[in-house]
Amino acid sequence: MNETIPPFAIEVDAVRRVYAAKPAPVVALEGIDLRVEPGEFFGLLGPNGAGKTTLIKILTTLLLPSSGQARVFGFDVERDTKKIRRIMNMVAGGEQSGYGILTVREQLWMFTQFYGLTGGDGWRRVDELIEAVGLAEQRLQRVSTLSTGQRQKMNLARGLLNDPWILFLDEPTLGLDVSAARSLRELIVDWKRAVPGRTILITTHYMAEADELCDRIAIVDRGRILAIGSPGELKRRVQRESIFRLELDHLDGGAVAIASLPGVVSASEAAATPDASARQTVVMNLVLEDDGALGQVVGALARMGSEILGLRKSEPTLEDVFVELVGRGFAESDVDAPEASA
Amino acid sequence: MAAKVDFIGRSGAGPREAADWTRRQEFMTDLRSVRGRAYPRVIGLMREPSWVLFEILLPFLATSAFVFVYRAIGAPPAYVGFVVLGGALTAFWLNVIWMMANQLWWEKSQGNLELYFAAPMHFMSILFGMALGGMVMSSTRAATVLLISGTVFGVAFRVDQWALLLAVFVLTLGALYGLGMVLASLFLVWGREAWHMGQMLTEPVYFVSGLNFPVARLGFLGALSVTFIPLATGLDAMRQLAFADAAFPLGTPAPLVEVAILAVMTVVSILAARWMLMAMERRARRDGRLSVRWQ
Repeated sequence: MNETIPPFAIEVDAVRRVYAAKPAPVVALEGIDLRVEPGEFFGLLGPNGAGKTTLIKILTTLLLPSSGQARVFGFDVERDTKKIRRIMNMVAGGEQSGYGILTVREQLWMFTQFYGLTGGDGWRRVDELIEAVGLAEQRLQRVSTLSTGQRQKMNLARGLLNDPWILFLDEPTLGLDVSAARSLRELIVDWKRAVPGRTILITTHYMAEADELCDRIAIVDRGRILAIGSPGELKRRVQRESIFRLELDHLDGGAVAIASLPGVVSASEAAATPDASARQTVVMNLVLEDDGALGQVVGALARMGSEILGLRKSEPTLEDVFVELVGRGFAESDVDAPEASA
Repeated sequence: MAAKVDFIGRSGAGPREAADWTRRQEFMTDLRSVRGRAYPRVIGLMREPSWVLFEILLPFLATSAFVFVYRAIGAPPAYVGFVVLGGALTAFWLNVIWMMANQLWWEKSQGNLELYFAAPMHFMSILFGMALGGMVMSSTRAATVLLISGTVFGVAFRVDQWALLLAVFVLTLGALYGLGMVLASLFLVWGREAWHMGQMLTEPVYFVSGLNFPVARLGFLGALSVTFIPLATGLDAMRQLAFADAAFPLGTPAPLVEVAILAVMTVVSILAARWMLMAMERRARRDGRLSVRWQ
């Protein structure tokens, strides 16, 4: 290993994983290549059955690749398992780990012991994290009595006990309500920001979550990476036209005139709606060849006597990117994972 | 807002330095992991009072049935003591089958197994922790059964060699839980079959271990063939030592010989468990059997 060049946090070369299953083997990963820089917040976005969890299990040393190589901070997942396990941790959505008979504090302390903290240091670390994730009131409550959101906060605290350099999050907000999911995302971001170099690999099939959190995203489907880039880069790949939504005081059938302007692809008038002050407004959806055509539209509206009350540029979503790449939406591509052979 | 509390940890060194542990760090982590895994079992002893009914009253009733039968047929009085001692040790076998051998299957379904494997300690620490917690748990139950049954049925113990009796007890637990570790390693791969195997083993081992009668009654060959079961050998040695004044010879090896057998069984089973665990872990990682959700 060349020590002068810092290794990638994650380095995956041609990793393939096939599960023995009946009636035919299931190919979960089909030759994946991936590089994640230290300090990155990297997302794997894809529908159920895309192979996201399989990749996480390989990187967390729980599963061997059928072929190919994977390294975490330069350590090989097959040979250097102990070294990887010392610097990483993992949290999965809907995780029910631990023992319901223990209190939150006891359960977390138990896990500190598996990472070699002394008894006293373990209790101190647990108390800090309980405070940090907002479970101070539940600290002496039995694990079996926690709500789903509280439980997931506890799971996150568990994942941070050993202060990992790399944290693997597998659908961490799965099953949480909007507020609990937001709270968890804030905690994750705060934890990562606190120390430079902390790396996170998150899998999710929530587009907005990936968009909000990740520096870069790999879109995965059926064991293959279809595209990698920042959320902005990925969205720009599908944005060939500029889409605007204009709110006007009146239009009086002017959409046809607007649509005939050079650089305007289409202009359509949506239903008139009253605004907050009960004033009737008109919404016009506008598709332009590029942003430069907007000036002509504004000028034309001024000549018609229409006042612009609001203007918003619509951006494509990651779902649009997925549809563009795969040719179908997430919901259509969700497939039932076959039963595990165990 | 809770998130305002800082998350700064110990990340002073870089990841590659942090991954480089000394032997002492490794050893201490393994040792602390034993303590960590034993903790829920010891705590559970105080938090689940239902065990008083299921693990004291029911074994007491089963023991009472044998006591009444032996008394009715005029068996030597020492038989009552044998049955009481056997009844007390029932707790250990149940614990080994259901909370050692079958435990990993349950841990897997709960999602604990993958977290244990993803942690840096040697997995044997988890097995040792389970065993240690199980021993504390079962010893408490066994002692309670022994005390109640011994008092109710007026069992007169006569111990001449306390140190040897203690050694036999400790070695019996060592060999018994060593066997539990071996089974746990096997069951890591067997999955659902583990449960059936547990059921299948419970009653036959009760019988051949001589929990309710001295194994010498199986005849020489019968007694010899069950010496590989730690419970049978340990119980026989304990009976010889706890009822030194028994009016008839048991016809089995002397306690010192049985101590040697138990010591060998303890060492062999722990080494076998370690070897099997490593082999099974590799196989489980290859086959994707460490977790339920695999995609």
